[in-house]
Amino acid sequence: MRYLLLFAPCVVALWAPLYNVVEPRAFGVPFFYWFQLLLVLVSAIGIYLADRIGKA
Amino acid sequence: MFEHLNVVAAAVFVFFFALVTVLGFVASRWKAADLNSIGEWGLGGRRFGPWVTWFLLGGDLYTAYTVIAIPAVVYAIGAYGFFAVPYTIIIYPFLYLTMPRLWAVSHKHGYMTAGDFVLGRYGNPWLELAVAMTGILATMPYIALQLVGLEKVISALGFSGAGVMAHAPITIAFVILALYTYKSGLRAPAMIAFVKDTMIYVFVIAAVVVIPYQLGGFGAIFAAAQKAFDAKIAAGAAATPAVKVAAGLTLIPGQVGPYITLAIGSAMALFMYPHALTGTLSASSGRAIRFNTMTLPAYSFVLGLIALLGVMALAAGVKVGSPQDAVPQLVLWAFPDWFAGFCFAAIALGALVPAAVMSIGAANTFTRNIWKPFVHPQMTPHEESVVAKFVSLIVKIGALLVIFFMPTKFALDLQLLGGVWMVQIFPAMIFGLYTRWFSGSALLIGWASGMIVGTALAWGDTAWVPVHALKWDLPLIGPVDLGLGFAAYNGLTAVVVNMVVAMLLSLVLRSKAPDETSPSDFLDAEAA
Repeated sequence: MRYLLLFAPCVVALWAPLYNVVEPRAFGVPFFYWFQLLLVLVSAIGIYLADRIGKA
Repeated sequence: MFEHLNVVAAAVFVFFFALVTVLGFVASRWKAADLNSIGEWGLGGRRFGPWVTWFLLGGDLYTAYTVIAIPAVVYAIGAYGFFAVPYTIIIYPFLYLTMPRLWAVSHKHGYMTAGDFVLGRYGNPWLELAVAMTGILATMPYIALQLVGLEKVISALGFSGAGVMAHAPITIAFVILALYTYKSGLRAPAMIAFVKDTMIYVFVIAAVVVIPYQLGGFGAIFAAAQKAFDAKIAAGAAATPAVKVAAGLTLIPGQVGPYITLAIGSAMALFMYPHALTGTLSASSGRAIRFNTMTLPAYSFVLGLIALLGVMALAAGVKVGSPQDAVPQLVLWAFPDWFAGFCFAAIALGALVPAAVMSIGAANTFTRNIWKPFVHPQMTPHEESVVAKFVSLIVKIGALLVIFFMPTKFALDLQLLGGVWMVQIFPAMIFGLYTRWFSGSALLIGWASGMIVGTALAWGDTAWVPVHALKWDLPLIGPVDLGLGFAAYNGLTAVVVNMVVAMLLSLVLRSKAPDETSPSDFLDAEAA
């Protein structure tokens, strides 16, 4: 579980064909851009949760 | 020289520069200790807590050159420049697992550099030398590129000089930087990083609020950018001979492979650089590092927003000779003079912090892994600090000379090549954190293979290119095609060769050299 939280966002980040599209847009920003920005936040939360599990 | 000077912007710029100069000198008294010991001068006495480390590493890794170059690529070709985002996503989970181990073993044995660790672990001085040389070689052009970023914003202030005077402002800036780095060591960039990072955040937040407002929202911005790319592609097709322009709001098929491999290879290289390790090892605990792997992504997010400035520059109709002027010109277009001066000062400080840490990292490396083992083994910590301080000056002068006498394009190519070289110490460093199965000599030969392959791949027909199709016409063997159908980042291809060689040779060349580390050394209080 710990490693899944750490590395799932990495796999998604490297799977470029997955998000290499314009639609759906958010606030006019193409998917390609807003999805990757969102993924930055998701990956940080993933590390945080993995850390919590590791300490428990 | 000054006739086109933007006086208001320049005044704000000079004010902030003067402010950090004072901070740089005052920093010598921060967490007061004997700065004539290399551990204090070059590593801040390993006493930087989570927040200081956050500012220092953030200021150190997200450089002025990044703020200029990433949006420049987006401005020129679009989506491809966004590779910096997956690159910075994959790096932190990896750091979370590996860097606390490196910190713990370094703390236990007093290691300050990559070379120190490699020597202690594998007992092979030649591998240590290879690791140290790679770090210094890759860092030099990187420092030079910080100067390019600095020069771009100074020219945007309206300063223009001829001959010797053309480089006068960056020379003055660098001499001042060299002086306070000499005096205060790593404390200077750590303290300045507070100011620099805060300013960068203010600049970027203002930009992503104000500029879309001026341009009618993100929908209009991306529509305008799409038009600009379409026009570029049409112009390329109409030219004789026709040029196929690879640009657009999403990746074209041929860019996907390079996009992914560039992200992986760059991520593997980043924490091999001396300046990244200096920033990491100066942390006060493994916990401080773990904390940073969760909080540094804030900078990655900002970097993504900075990349979007390239799209905004297209939409604003900014026309520049070199894409690297896109961000400075966009700032002038969008903001009143005083705030433009503030933004330029933020970018300029973004050059000084990494340049200082890089020169300290290179100086530590030279002193500990080249001078001490090969020239003067009986050095005291005091003598080490004397050599390191002196080398930090030499490194900065070297970077200035690169800018004076070398075309910028060449410095840029060298920096790309530097990344390809830097990743070649990855196997020795990272595998070494977990196992001693690899032998020092096998890793050394692997390193040499990776360096040769990486450099050879970069030697393209047109220019030095960062990616290469996975098919080659090998001497003696003939054409080889892996059949994967995409091009890959040279650094990644080369480090794979490096790993395979190191693995195969480790089967044969077993090492009897001493290993001064024990498995428990790699665990800090928390992991144990």
